[in-house]
Amino acid sequence: MNRDWSELSPILWESVRETLYIVGVTVGVGGALGLVLGVLLYATRRGNLLQNVVVFTILNVAVNVVRPIPFIIFITAVGPVTLAVVGTTIGNDAVIFAMAIMATFVTARIVEQNLVATDPGVIEAARAMGASRLRILVTVLVPEALAPLILGYTFLLIGIVDMSALAGYVGGGGLGNFAIVYGYQRFNWEVTLVTVLVIIGMVQLAQLLGNWLARKALHR
Amino acid sequence: MAPLISFQDVGKVFGSGATAVRAVDGVTLDIQAGEIFGVIGYSGAGKSTLVRLVNALEPVTSGRLLVDGQDVTALGESQLRRVRAGIGMVFQQFNLLNSRTVAGNVAYPLKVAGWPKAKRAARVAELLDYVGIADKAKAYPRQLSGGQKQRVGIARALATEPRILLADEATSALDPDTTQDVLALLRRVNRELGVTVVVITHEMDVIRSLAHRVAVMEDGKVIEHGPVYDVFAAPRERATRRFVATTLKDRPTPEALERLRHRHPGRIVTVTIREAGVDVTAALRAHGVDGTIVFGGITEIDERPFGSLTLELTGSDAAIDALLADLRSRTDVEDLGTAGVPA
Repeated sequence: MNRDWSELSPILWESVRETLYIVGVTVGVGGALGLVLGVLLYATRRGNLLQNVVVFTILNVAVNVVRPIPFIIFITAVGPVTLAVVGTTIGNDAVIFAMAIMATFVTARIVEQNLVATDPGVIEAARAMGASRLRILVTVLVPEALAPLILGYTFLLIGIVDMSALAGYVGGGGLGNFAIVYGYQRFNWEVTLVTVLVIIGMVQLAQLLGNWLARKALHR
Repeated sequence: MAPLISFQDVGKVFGSGATAVRAVDGVTLDIQAGEIFGVIGYSGAGKSTLVRLVNALEPVTSGRLLVDGQDVTALGESQLRRVRAGIGMVFQQFNLLNSRTVAGNVAYPLKVAGWPKAKRAARVAELLDYVGIADKAKAYPRQLSGGQKQRVGIARALATEPRILLADEATSALDPDTTQDVLALLRRVNRELGVTVVVITHEMDVIRSLAHRVAVMEDGKVIEHGPVYDVFAAPRERATRRFVATTLKDRPTPEALERLRHRHPGRIVTVTIREAGVDVTAALRAHGVDGTIVFGGITEIDERPFGSLTLELTGSDAAIDALLADLRSRTDVEDLGTAGVPA
């Protein structure tokens, strides 16, 4: 066993690094694009600042179509697009591309749902001060919903860690790949267990950090 | 002088067809520069909508609405933003930005108006000092009491030195003491800064202690308007009389009158007390009639005395009749009779 781990631990840490990379880039890109899409989804809804039935319907349908597709199927379904954009359908970058698209649509819904709870009175107050609609979206709507948004992003982050485990199936790395190659395929249950513990540790840290930030953002 | 705000047959309809709601219906009203104008009505009367037409938060459906000489019904969105920036607004629920400090909230409209940073900071400090919460500059709205929040709301509304302040139920979420403080602040804003204040409320007490003129709204229409004192002294519409009765409890209800008559066998009369003073005591003495005050109250409306006294009069019928004729020549007198001969 001992000899095993002296051999395996550098690979484990490399896998952790890869997972952090995949998750980090996905959250960065998908989170940012999803924020824009989510704000648009909220703002174009009837009765809201940028009310626009056509844009809202297109976005809403797009989110509803993409979101329920199981990710393992989605990776292959966007294959041609991935090939065109990234140049390959295997490896970490290809996985990140597919994950970022999925994350964008998931984030859009999370963002929209958190913005719905914003007090319309605050938006009215900003309008009464002569603020433009775009300014209100950026400087009132998003900051006012910051605490629930942070919790929403924490939820998203954990979902993306989950998604990243599938990277191994298309030639990517990370902890999911590590657990399959060195645990499952070698009948080494201990490796699987250790990987699970590492993932739990990462997720716990993320959740604690998210909770702490959300509390700070409430300014109670 | 031309009025600062002029409603000319203004209508506002929400929705269309069978479900259309006429929230404001043919309102014609002038609000003068420098006055405190009250709009009172029950919820759903259209008063909140009426005030939102002034800063074009809601577009007017029909009629003309002049604000500072400009027809706001003819302006586009970017011009309207400029009009709005020149009108302050305070809200029942304060509507502060919870993500910003007190200073940040007051600075927000200045940022929108494009003030440079140094000027902004000085103005914010000045405003917080004016409304008496300079020590809370770095606090967040969730850490403040209702009264403090409304002070921030008022400071924020005054930030860009508007000529008009719209107060939509500004005291309705506050306790009685805090309400008085906020009303006093609004009075100061009007008197010291010359800001025209439009107050929307369902509380007649707010009108009584704050407004110079008042409009009473019902079903989207202004059913009565005029100087607060006149409207209180001689309400014409039923709704107005009900509002007046909620704040002046100076006249006995029928039940109370019944009890008064049983307690006091003499003739019971109610004498209205107005600004032109009536010396009731001197009149009693002059006519040789004894009077006991059995009910009543005198308060101030628009800083002028108003109310009534209900007296039990004892003396000869002839003397009492002469006294009443004398009083009637100077004020309103209501003869309520006696238990045996109710008027």
